[in-house]
Amino acid sequence: MNGVHDMGGMDGFGKVEPEPNEPMFHTEWESRVLAMVRAMGAAGAFNIDASRFYRETLPPQVYLSSSYYKKWFLGLEALLLDKGYISKDDVAAGHAVAPAKSLKHGKFSTADIERIMVRGKFGRAAPAAAKFKAGDRVRAKNIHPATHTRLPRYVRGHVGVVERDHGCHVFPDTAANDAGEHPQWLYTVVFDGRELWGPDSDPTIKVSIDAFEPYLEAI
Amino acid sequence: MSEHDHHHHDHDHSELSETELRVRALESILTEKGYVEAAALDAIVQAYETKIGPHNGAKVVAKAWSDPAFKQALLEDASKAVGTLGHVSRVGDHLVAIENTPGRHNMVVCTLCSCYPWEMLGLPPVWYKASPYRSRAVKDPRGVLADFGISLPKETEIRVWDSTAETRFLVLPMRPAGTEGWSEEQLAELVTRDSMIGTGFPKTPGAPS
Repeated sequence: MNGVHDMGGMDGFGKVEPEPNEPMFHTEWESRVLAMVRAMGAAGAFNIDASRFYRETLPPQVYLSSSYYKKWFLGLEALLLDKGYISKDDVAAGHAVAPAKSLKHGKFSTADIERIMVRGKFGRAAPAAAKFKAGDRVRAKNIHPATHTRLPRYVRGHVGVVERDHGCHVFPDTAANDAGEHPQWLYTVVFDGRELWGPDSDPTIKVSIDAFEPYLEAI
Repeated sequence: MSEHDHHHHDHDHSELSETELRVRALESILTEKGYVEAAALDAIVQAYETKIGPHNGAKVVAKAWSDPAFKQALLEDASKAVGTLGHVSRVGDHLVAIENTPGRHNMVVCTLCSCYPWEMLGLPPVWYKASPYRSRAVKDPRGVLADFGISLPKETEIRVWDSTAETRFLVLPMRPAGTEGWSEEQLAELVTRDSMIGTGFPKTPGAPS
């Protein structure tokens, strides 16, 4: 979706402001939100693509004015409501009043901690031969799906060069909507700064994205 | 303090409290429904606070600076190479190490959300997840570097890696001059988090930290 989360190349957000000696969490609730997202994901309530999509679908004004973990909280609550793991009555009561729904991987317990400290595996067997190889010139398609995608707007329609082939990976565009993994070839595609930002761009800039094969067309 | 300031303070406070209450309520709901063990949530937070952090990435960088065979293996397949180091935390698939050279500087961003090599660097800092960095890194990387107080020669190529998939990028900064004969442990002390994101350089030997 063409949401405000897709902010590569936007102007007006001001300077980057690193915080010296930044703590891992600024408030205790931030750490609880992180833990709940990780636990419910590992228990099978949702995959990582769905969790991203629910943050992206927050109203733009909410997305831009909420802190990072506030967005995580709002996305988590909306996702759990939508998937039926919690109900509006539960939220209104602040306690479980409706019956629980069964989780794909069961209750998340302390025995499962090690499992979440390593990222999941996203590589999959190839369903077909790769269409592209390193060195190929490709164009990022001019597509605007209304649902989740990992093709940022700032590269759409632009020509780049395939640099690396990462094998086949879970396709976020379908996985986010419970429409299956549909593994796709994944490539690092590099674009010249002037191709993306015009002739006045700094000529020393190159920008790459990791693009799934359906995002690309041969030229 | 003026009344205006008071107003803002109270406003911020009540907003925070509301979020805090909602977070606590959701935690009650999830534990009461039997989805998560309350102690498991504590354990997750503790694991993030103690097990991950830039010290993991620093060990990998120091090893690569010291051991050419390891460096080559790291650049070929970083997940596999890091996996051979018993003393570094476990690492997931699809880690990619990218090498800075005198002619090319690498910088990592996630314009769409906040993808970051947690196992190597810990949880990302707020600026990495915030709009200014995410919006500008791909269009004006030199301007972003200036915000960090660093600059590069004008002919240096800047390569920005937008983390749009489940690949994760670790910048291998250049080894500082004047560190000949240093041990891996000494070298690791010079490796900063930002130098592994590409928004900083390693510390200079002898400079105050």
